[in-house]
This record gives sequence, C-alpha cells and structure tokens, in this order.
Amino acid sequence: MKLTRSRRAILVIGFAAVFPWAGHAESLAIRNCTWCHGVSAHGYSPAPGLAGQRREYIQNQLKNFSEHTRDNPFSRLYMWGATANLSPATAHGLAFYFSTLSPQAANDGNRELEAEGRSIYQLGMPDSNTAACVVCHGPNAEGVGEIPRLGGLAYTYLKRRLEQWGEGYHAAARPPMPRIASKLSANQIEALASYLSFVK
Amino acid sequence: MNLIKATSRLVILTIAFSSAARADAVSKQNFEAKIGYCQDCHGPSGQGYRGFYPIPRLAGQQTEYLENQLRAFVEHRRTNNIMFNVAHNLSPTMIRALATNFRHFNPRPLGGAPKNLVAAGKKIFEDGVPSANIVACAACHGPDATGKDEFPRLAGQIYPYVVKTLSNWGKERGQIPGKPDTSAVMQPVVHSLTKSQIEAVAAYVSYLR
Ligand code: HEC
Ligand code: HEC
Ligand code: HEC
Ligand code: HEC
Repeated sequence: MKLTRSRRAILVIGFAAVFPWAGHAESLAIRNCTWCHGVSAHGYSPAPGLAGQRREYIQNQLKNFSEHTRDNPFSRLYMWGATANLSPATAHGLAFYFSTLSPQAANDGNRELEAEGRSIYQLGMPDSNTAACVVCHGPNAEGVGEIPRLGGLAYTYLKRRLEQWGEGYHAAARPPMPRIASKLSANQIEALASYLSFVK
Repeated sequence: MNLIKATSRLVILTIAFSSAARADAVSKQNFEAKIGYCQDCHGPSGQGYRGFYPIPRLAGQQTEYLENQLRAFVEHRRTNNIMFNVAHNLSPTMIRALATNFRHFNPRPLGGAPKNLVAAGKKIFEDGVPSANIVACAACHGPDATGKDEFPRLAGQIYPYVVKTLSNWGKERGQIPGKPDTSAVMQPVVHSLTKSQIEAVAAYVSYLR
C-alpha cells in the first residue's frame, strides 16, 4: 500500500514532534537505515522489513544490538555498527517512524508449506508441546507492544531467526522464544516461515 | 539466594511429582516437557503474560480450581480454542500433577494496572455494591483473595485477563445448557457489575500478593 500525501504529512508532523532536530537531518537519519532495510523499509535481504513493526519491539532490538546481546553473525556484521552511536532519543524517533509505515508482505515462501505453517501458527502442536504462536503474535501476526509483527517478513529472515535460537544465539532474548524455537524441526520452521511470508 | 530459591523449587517439584507418579505413570520426562509447555505461555513461574490475548497467572492458584477449568475447556463448558487444544490430550493424572505444581509458585504480580482505580476496587472487593445487590467478593474469594478449593485465587491475576473474563462471563463459561457448573455462582455477580466497577476491582486484585 502506498502512503497518501496527507498520511505522509501527518507522519512527518508526528515524527518532527519526537525529533528535537526535525527537518533536514531527519531524512538523513532514516536514509541511514533504509539504505539497508530497503525502499519504504520493506526489507532488502538480509535486512528485514521494519515498516509496520511494533515500536516497543524495534526499540528493544536497537538496545539489544547496541548492548551486543543480539549476537548472530548478521547482527554483529551490520547492526552493531549501525547502533553504535544512536542516542536513545534518535532510537525512539526511528522506532516510532518505522512503526507507522505500512508493511508489505514479502510473499517469498513455499506455497506448498503454507497450510502446515498456518496450522502450527494458529493451533500449536500440543502433542509435541509447541505453543500456538497466535496467542502472543496475534491472529494476523500483527504483534503488539514488545511482541513483534511477523506477518509479511521475508522467508529467509524468519527461517534464520527461528534456527538461530536453537543454535544458541540471542539467548538473552526475552522468554519464551529461545525455548519455543528450539523445539521446532527444520520442516516446521520452513512451514512457519513460508506461511508468515504471505500474511498481510 | 538464587540457589536457595532454585533448590527449594526443586524440592517442591519433586514432592508434587512423586505424589503424582505414585498414582500412575506420568514419567518425569513427560511431566517436565509438559510443564515447560505451560510455562512457554503462562510465564516461567506461572506469573501470567500479556500476549496479544491475555494469558492468566496460574501461580498460587487453587488446585481444585485449576483441575475444574482444565476439564471445563475439554468439555467445552468453557470456550477457549487455545486451551481446548492444550488440554484435550492431558490424562487426569497429568492434569493433577500440573495443577498441584502451579500451586507452589509464588512470583510477584506482573503489575501494570491503572493505580488510580485501586482504592475504588478495594471497596468493591471488601464491601460489595449494596445498592446493586452485589455481594462482597471477599465472601467467596477470601479476604486476601487467595481463594479456596473451587473458589479461585484472584490475588496477582493480570489486569487485562480479569477485565476480559468478567466482561464476557456469560459467553465463555457454563456453555452447556443442561450441565450447570461452578461458573453459575458468578453469574449474578457479573450480571450487575458495570464496566468501571469491573476495571476497578480488576486493578485492585492485580496488585495483591
Ligand atoms: C549495513 C546494513 C544495515 C544498516 C545501515 C541498518 N541495518 Fe538494521 N539490520 C540489518 C540486517 C542485516 C539485519 C538483520 C540482523 C539479523 O539477521 O539478526 C537488521 C536488523 C534490524 C532490526 C531487527 C528487526 C527485527 O525484526 O528483529 C532493526 C529493528 C533494525 N535493523 C533497525 C535499523 C535501524 C533503525 C537502522 C538505522 C539506524 C538500521 N537498522 C540500519 C542491516 C542494516
Ligand atoms: C508467550 C508469547 C509468545 C509465543 C507463544 C510465541 N512468541 Fe514469538 N516472540 C515473542 C516475543 C516476546 C518476541 C520478541 C523477543 C525479543 O524481544 O527478543 C518474539 C519474537 C519472535 C520472532 C522474531 C521476529 C523478528 O522480527 O525478528 C519470531 C520469528 C517469532 N517470535 C516466531 C514465533 C513463532 C513461529 C511462534 C510459534 C511457534 C511464536 N513466536 C510463539 C513472544 C511469543
Ligand atoms: C499457547 C499458549 C498457552 C499454552 C501453551 C497454555 N496455555 Fe493455559 N491459557 C492460555 C490462554 C490464552 C488462557 C486464557 C483463556 C481464556 O481467556 O479464557 C489460558 C487459560 C488457562 C487456564 C484457566 C485459568 C483461570 O484462571 O481460569 C488454565 C487452568 C490453564 N490455562 C492451564 C494451562 C496448563 C496446565 C498448560 C500446560 C499444559 C497451559 N495452560 C498451556 C494460553 C496457553
Ligand atoms: C458467591 C460466591 C462468589 C462471589 C460473591 C464472587 N465470586 Fe468470583 N467466583 C466464584 C466461583 C465459584 C468462581 C469459579 C467459577 C468457575 O468455576 O468457572 C469465581 C470466579 C471468578 C473469576 C474468574 C477467575 C479466573 O481465574 O478466571 C473472577 C475474575 C472473579 N470470580 C471475580 C469476582 C469478583 C470481582 C467478585 C466481586 C465483585 C466475585 N468474583 C464475587 C464465586 C464467587
């Protein structure tokens, strides 16, 4: 979905209100991020989409990168540097800004696995003690507060994230993801990542 | 301090577990996998969690109440898809072991409810609302809201869950017409509570330890 002119104007006003140095510098700060995260922050591999991501979640992650607790290879390579000199006020402003953009589904999963992924997401797998994702991430994978939107993120990104928890990365993430993800099989991860990549 | 806490928890687990294991076979491994599953949603110490949907606190909850509710989900007397899926394949022995276990957790309440409502909520909890014929909650849930047997503990229950539960009572509980259950006791209470009274009493109990 494209932003209409008036929506954009409102955004700029909202954004200016949180940024002490509104105007010229603001677009520069955003471009520093969209350079990797893609046009309108819709994602550009390996950087995930930020558009429509939850504000509190983005802020938490920026903190995790700058404190080096999100420690997988791409985070180290790209985001540790990108957050090294980010002031809390700037982080807050950027998180707010990206959370107001309209997300766009990556649509890059395997259609054949979509139904299985939806089933795990919505119902969980009681027999293998896997929690239904929907309870926390919401019926349309939209997230809330500190719980991220998953809908429309890229297949490769989601797959990597779910694998990495099982591999011991990002162990300091708030519960319960390290435990939930490490119970998933490779097939289940592919199914979930496929389904979620199509969710609008 | 952490070690002491961990050790005492281990002992409690062992006691709860060995009494369950004697009844019949719930292997230690199955029990631990299952309780870990509950904790993934209800929080590591059963303190509850604010997900997209509120996930209630189970810590310190009455064993009878927990067992009752798990059966109610399975029998569709209490409607909740998520908990139906979770509970439908649990054996009675496993249900007992899990319910006994959560009784012994004692984490701090999650907090986060509007503090300015607490005083009004306390009044409703202790005195009821005589003008609307609402009995004091304390009469059934106990003066400190810790409950007894099939009367649930409300102390520390998370705010959005209590608000939702009291607002939707008639749509979620006692859903099999010919089969009235313990939920009928609350029907006259919720019937008369206004939205702001619900919010006030929910805020009050959410902070109780
Ligand atoms: C050099 C490229 C690059 C730049 C510049 C960059 N990012 Fe990133 N960002 C990435 C990559 C790659 C990842 C994925 C890391 C991973 O796989 O864990 C990422 C991840 C993130 C995440 C985590 C998203 C999620 O869903 O968990 C956030 C938030 C984020 N970046 C925000 C920003 C912000 C804000 C800026 C600008 C200050 C920025 N990034 C600049 C490459 C970049
Ligand atoms: C009890 C709540 C809860 C449940 C259930 C849950 N999650 Fe999460 N999830 C979270 C939280 C909280 C985070 C943020 C973690 C952080 O801050 O590091 C998260 C983060 C994630 C992320 C990272 C997203 C990103 O942008 O990098 C993925 C992927 C994810 N969850 C997938 C799942 C899947 C798949 C399931 C079901 C199998 C699931 N979650 C079940 C709470 C939950
Ligand atoms: C996928 C997340 C999830 C998992 C896993 C889960 N629960 Fe729940 N549970 C919920 C939600 C959500 C509710 C609230 C239902 C409602 O709103 O009526 C709930 C409610 C309950 C209730 C009713 C509590 C009350 O105060 O009335 C009990 C009892 C319960 N769960 C026990 C368990 C047990 C035992 C397990 C492990 C076998 C478990 N749950 C696993 C999400 C979960
Ligand atoms: C006459 C006794 C009685 C009175 C008075 C009473 N309750 Fe209850 N309450 C119960 C019983 C019994 C249950 C368990 C219902 C069931 O099994 O479904 C219950 C359940 C609840 C629950 C659901 C707990 C959970 O974990 O889901 C809430 C919340 C609650 N009561 C709040 C209140 C409030 C607030 C008041 C006062 C305004 C009140 N009750 C007054 C008997 C009572």
